[in-house]
Amino acid sequence: MDEVTTTPLRSVGATSAVRFAAHGSGPRIESEVELRSVLASLSGVDAVGLEARAAKLATRSIKRSSKLAALDLAIAMVDLTTLEGADTPGRVASLCAKAARPDPRNHEVPSVAAVCVYPDLVATAKRALGDAPVAVASVATAFPSGRASLAMKLADVAEARSAGADEIDMVIDRGAFLAGRLGQVFDEIVAVKAACGPAHLKVILETGELVTYDNVRRASWLAMLAGADFIKTSTGKVPAASTPPVALVMLEAARDFAESTGRVVGVKLAGGIRSAKDAIRYLVLVNETAGTAWLTPERFRFGASSLLNDLLMQRLKQQRGAYVRVDEFSGD
Amino acid sequence: MSDRIDVRKTYKLVVKGAFVRSESGRSYEVTDATGAFWANVAQASRKDLREAVVAARGAQRSWWAMTAYNRGQVLYRLAEMAEARRAELAEHVAVAEGIDPVVASDAVARGIDRIVWYAGWTDKVAQVLGGANPVAGPYFNFSLPVPCGVVGVIAPTDSSFEGFVDAVLAPLATGNTVVALASETRPTPAVLLGEMSATADLPGGVLNVLTGRRDELAPVLCEHEDVDGVDLDGADETVGALASLAAGSIKRVLRPRSSAGDGDVRRLRAFVETSTVWHTIGQ
Amino acid sequence: MSSAEIDVTDQQLDQSRLGGFTYDPAPESASVARLASAYGLFIDGAFSDPGAHEQFETLNPATARPLATVAHGSSEDVDRAVAAARRAFPAWSSMPGSARAKYLFRIARLIQERARELAVVETLDNGKPIRESRDIDVPLAAAYFFYYAGWADKLDYAGFGPSPQPLGVAGQIIPWNFPLLMAAWKLAPALAAGNTCVLKPAETTPLSALVLADILTQADLPAGVVNIVTGDGATGAALVAHPGVDKIAFTGSTEVGRLIQQRLGERGTHLTLELGGKGANIVFEDAPIDEMVEGVIDGIFFNQGHVCCAGSRLLVQESIADEVVRRVLRRVEQLRVGDPLDKNTDVGAINSAAQLARIEELTEAGEAEGATRHTSACALPNEGYWFAPTVFTDVAQSHRIAREEIFGPVLSVLTFRTPEEAVAKANNTTYGLACGVWSEKGSRTLWVAQRLRAGVIWANTYNRFDPTSPFGGMRESGFGREGGRHGLEAYLDV
Repeated sequence: MDEVTTTPLRSVGATSAVRFAAHGSGPRIESEVELRSVLASLSGVDAVGLEARAAKLATRSIKRSSKLAALDLAIAMVDLTTLEGADTPGRVASLCAKAARPDPRNHEVPSVAAVCVYPDLVATAKRALGDAPVAVASVATAFPSGRASLAMKLADVAEARSAGADEIDMVIDRGAFLAGRLGQVFDEIVAVKAACGPAHLKVILETGELVTYDNVRRASWLAMLAGADFIKTSTGKVPAASTPPVALVMLEAARDFAESTGRVVGVKLAGGIRSAKDAIRYLVLVNETAGTAWLTPERFRFGASSLLNDLLMQRLKQQRGAYVRVDEFSGD
Repeated sequence: MSDRIDVRKTYKLVVKGAFVRSESGRSYEVTDATGAFWANVAQASRKDLREAVVAARGAQRSWWAMTAYNRGQVLYRLAEMAEARRAELAEHVAVAEGIDPVVASDAVARGIDRIVWYAGWTDKVAQVLGGANPVAGPYFNFSLPVPCGVVGVIAPTDSSFEGFVDAVLAPLATGNTVVALASETRPTPAVLLGEMSATADLPGGVLNVLTGRRDELAPVLCEHEDVDGVDLDGADETVGALASLAAGSIKRVLRPRSSAGDGDVRRLRAFVETSTVWHTIGQ
Repeated sequence: MSSAEIDVTDQQLDQSRLGGFTYDPAPESASVARLASAYGLFIDGAFSDPGAHEQFETLNPATARPLATVAHGSSEDVDRAVAAARRAFPAWSSMPGSARAKYLFRIARLIQERARELAVVETLDNGKPIRESRDIDVPLAAAYFFYYAGWADKLDYAGFGPSPQPLGVAGQIIPWNFPLLMAAWKLAPALAAGNTCVLKPAETTPLSALVLADILTQADLPAGVVNIVTGDGATGAALVAHPGVDKIAFTGSTEVGRLIQQRLGERGTHLTLELGGKGANIVFEDAPIDEMVEGVIDGIFFNQGHVCCAGSRLLVQESIADEVVRRVLRRVEQLRVGDPLDKNTDVGAINSAAQLARIEELTEAGEAEGATRHTSACALPNEGYWFAPTVFTDVAQSHRIAREEIFGPVLSVLTFRTPEEAVAKANNTTYGLACGVWSEKGSRTLWVAQRLRAGVIWANTYNRFDPTSPFGGMRESGFGREGGRHGLEAYLDV
C-alpha cells in the first residue's frame, strides 16, 4: 500500500483543453474539469450507423488460407479463463496445460496468450505453466461488481501481484461512472495502475451496464487517459457482454487515442464469444477499424473458455476438409 | 338614375403588392359580353412578367416560413375582404360573363366560400398528404408536402372569378407564391381579387396578377426557368404547346380536367413536393 | 512488456490497410445465373424466338466479355407489346384487387426463392458487388412487390377518393444502375393499381428483367399484363411515341427526361420522371464522426456511385474539414475494389465503356479546374471497366465536378461555415433529389431539413430505401414519387 501514490484530481482548476503531445507519453489530466472537457469533446455515436457498420463487416467471407491464419491468430489471442466459485487448483492446472499446448498432437498450434484466474489461484497457475510462453492474468479490484473500498481493491491487486500475476484485469466502478463521479473512476484506475507496477493493466468497462455506446466511448477514453494498457468489454458475469458494435466503438477509441497521443492501448473482448465464426468476425473488425497494428496478442485478446475448442475444431476441419467432432479436444 | 358623373378606375397589374401600369405603357380594351366598352386594362409585357416572377420568388420563402395557421388566417382575411365587396365583384362577373346578376352573385358567393375552404386547408394539407412511413429499420421516417415554389397560373378563360379563385388559392394554400395570368377577355374580377389581397395581409409578391395577351405571355411564363409549376386551366387549345415548353426546366404541369368536383384536392396535390426525412432512432 | 512501449509507425496508423490480414478470394459461382445464350422478347405471356429479332450483346462490365445476346426491340415489337397490354387491361383492371394482390405476393415470394440466381445475374450484368445485389437489390425488389401487393385491394383507402381507377397501359423505361430493383419499383405499384405494363430495361443491363419474365410465368400472371421489350434508346423512344400508351414512367438522365416531357406535352400522356441528382451530404462539427464517415463512403461509393441520389458533394463545416477529409481518405484506401462476384468486394466495375469515359472526362475537368485529386491506390483489374475511388478537395462551387452529375465513384469536398451557408450551397443546384445531414443536434437537423430542396433527406444515415418510403425529386430531378402510398398516385387517374 505504501508505494501506491494516487493523485486526486482537483475538482476545479485548469480548463484549457488537453494538449496531446504528438507522440509523447500520453496526456496528463490535471483536473476533473479537464477530464470532463476531454470526454465531452468526443464525438457522439449514432447507434444505428454503428450497428449497421458492424453488421456489414460481419458479411466478410474469410476462406481457405486466410481462415487458417485467422484461426491461429485467434488462438494466440485467447485469455483462457476460469472465474467460477468452484475453481480448484486441479481445474486451473488442467486449464494451464491446455493453454500452453492447445492441441498436443500438433505443435503448429500456438499457445494462448494468457490464462485468467482469481487472485488466489495465480500461484497455482504460475506453477502449472512453468516456462510456457503464457502469461497469467488475474481479475482483481472486487471482481466482478467492483463494489468495495479502494483499499480493498488495491489489496486485491497486491495479492495477485505478489503471487506473480503478469496482467491485472480490473473492473471500473460503474456506479460512480453512471452517477457522474468521473474523477473517482479515473483516480481508481490511476491508483490500480500504480499498484500494478510492471504488470499489464486491463480495465474492464462492463459495457453491458454502461448501456449506451456514448458511455462506452467515454469510459474507454477515461480508462486510456488514466493509464490502461488494455480496455476490456466485460466481466462475462452480466448478460449483455461483448457485441460487435461495442467492440467497434472500443477499437475506434483505441485507434483515435493512439493517433492523438501516440500511445497504443489494446482491446480485450470478453463474455459471450464462443464460436470461431464470431472470433473471425471480430478480427475483421480489428483489421478494418484499428488496423493491422492491433492484429497481435499484445494488442488484442479474447477472454473466453469454450471458444478455444471451437477454434481448434475449425482449424482441424480446415486441414482435414471434413467436419470434426467435439471430442477430438479436451474439455478444458 | 343619378346625374352624378361616376369616378372610374384604372385597372392595373398587381405585382409585389403594388398596383402598377405595364412598364410598356400598353393597355387594351375589355368589353362586356355584348361587345360594349367596359374598361381599359394594363397589357403586361414580358418584362412585367419577369418582374412578377422575381417578386413571387422573393416572397415564397417568407410565405412558407409563416405558420400554416397564419397562412390560413391571411387567406380567410381575403375572404372577408371579398365578402365586403361582394356586390362589386358580382357586377363585374355579370358584365364579364354576360350573365344574370343573380346568377353572378351566386357565382361570387361560391367563389368566396371556396376561399374560405382553401383557408381551412393550410394547416391540414400536411396531415392529409403527409405522414409517417413504417420503414423496416430503426429509422423515424416521415413525408411532408412542401410547396413547389413559384407557380404560374393561366387562369380559366370563362369563369372570371370562381375559376380564378380555385386556380390561385390552391397553390397559395400549400405555401406557393403565384403569378397569375387573368382571363384575357374577362380580367377585371381577377384584378379586384388582386387588389383585395393587398388589404388582406398577403405579403407583397405572394399573389401577382397580370392582365394581357395570353398568347404573348403564357409561353414566357411556361418557359421561365424560375417558375416551378404551371396550371394550364385557361390555356385551352394551347395546352399541348405550353406543356411542351414547360418541359425545358422539368416543370410540374397541371392540365385542365373537367371532372374536378367540389371536394377535389387535386389542385392541392398538384403543386406540392413530397419531402421525406429519415432519421436514425437509437440510444 | 507494456503495450505503451510498442511503437506504432505513422504509416500503420494512417493507412490501417488490410495488409496484415488478407482475405482470400470468396467468389460466388457465376454458374448460378443459368444464363441462356440468346433471349427473345417477353410479349403476351411468352418469349419470342431470339432468331426473330436483331440481337445485341450484353457485356459483363468486369471483363468486357459478352454474357448473352438479347433482342433489339423494334417499333413493331413495341406495337405488339402495347397491343398485348391493351388486350390484357380490361380483365386485369376489373379483377378484384384481392386477386391482383395474390399475383403480386406470388411474385414477391418467387423473387425470394430465386434470390441467389437473381443476385448473380445482376452482378454479372451490372458489375455491382454481389454483397449489394444479394443484400440490397434483390431483397428490396421482393419487398416492393410484397408492399404493393397489399395495396391492390385497399386502393379506396389510399386517400384519392373512392374507387380510384388505373390509367391503362403504362410504358416504363428503367435505368442500368439497379436493373431488377427499378423494374420492381415500376411494376409493383402499376400492377397493384390495375394497370398493364410494357417494361423497357436498360440497354446494358437487360438480363435480370428477363429472369423476372420467367418469374412472372411461374406466377401464372395473365398473358399481356407485363411485357418486357429489351432494346436501346430507339426502343424506348418508340414506347414514348406510341399513342396506345396512357402513362410513361421514366428513370434516367435529366436530358432524356426533358425530351420525353417535351414529346408528351402535346399528347397529355401521364408522366412521372425520376432523373439525375447532385446530392449534398452536409456534415456539421457535432456529427457522429465514425458513422458519418461510413455514411459519406456509402453515400458516394455504394454501387460505384451509379446512384441518382448519391451524396456526390460532401459539404463539411470548415472547423472539422481537415479531420473529416483525413478520415474519409483513410477509409477510401480500405475499400476493396475488384471482382464483383467476390463476397468481400466493396466497389465493383463501372457499368459500361461509355460511362467510364464520362467519369474520366469529368474527373479530368476537375483537375484542370484546379481541384486536388486523391485517388485510391487500389489495384484495378486489367480487363473490364474500372475506376478507382476518387475524392476531390479544394473544390469550388463553380467547378463542373461540383455541378454536374458524374454518376461514378467520385466525391467532391466543399466547406461551409454556418448552417445558413450549408443550406444555400446544398440548394445551389438545378437538381433536388437527395441530401444528407449529419449532426447530433436534432433541432438544427430539422431546421436544415426544412430548408433543403430535396425529395429525400437522410439524417445521420444515407442511401436508405424502403417500399413504404416515397422516393423522388424536386426541380430537375423530376416529379412523382415511387414508394409508399404516394407511389400509387403515379398509376391512378386521380
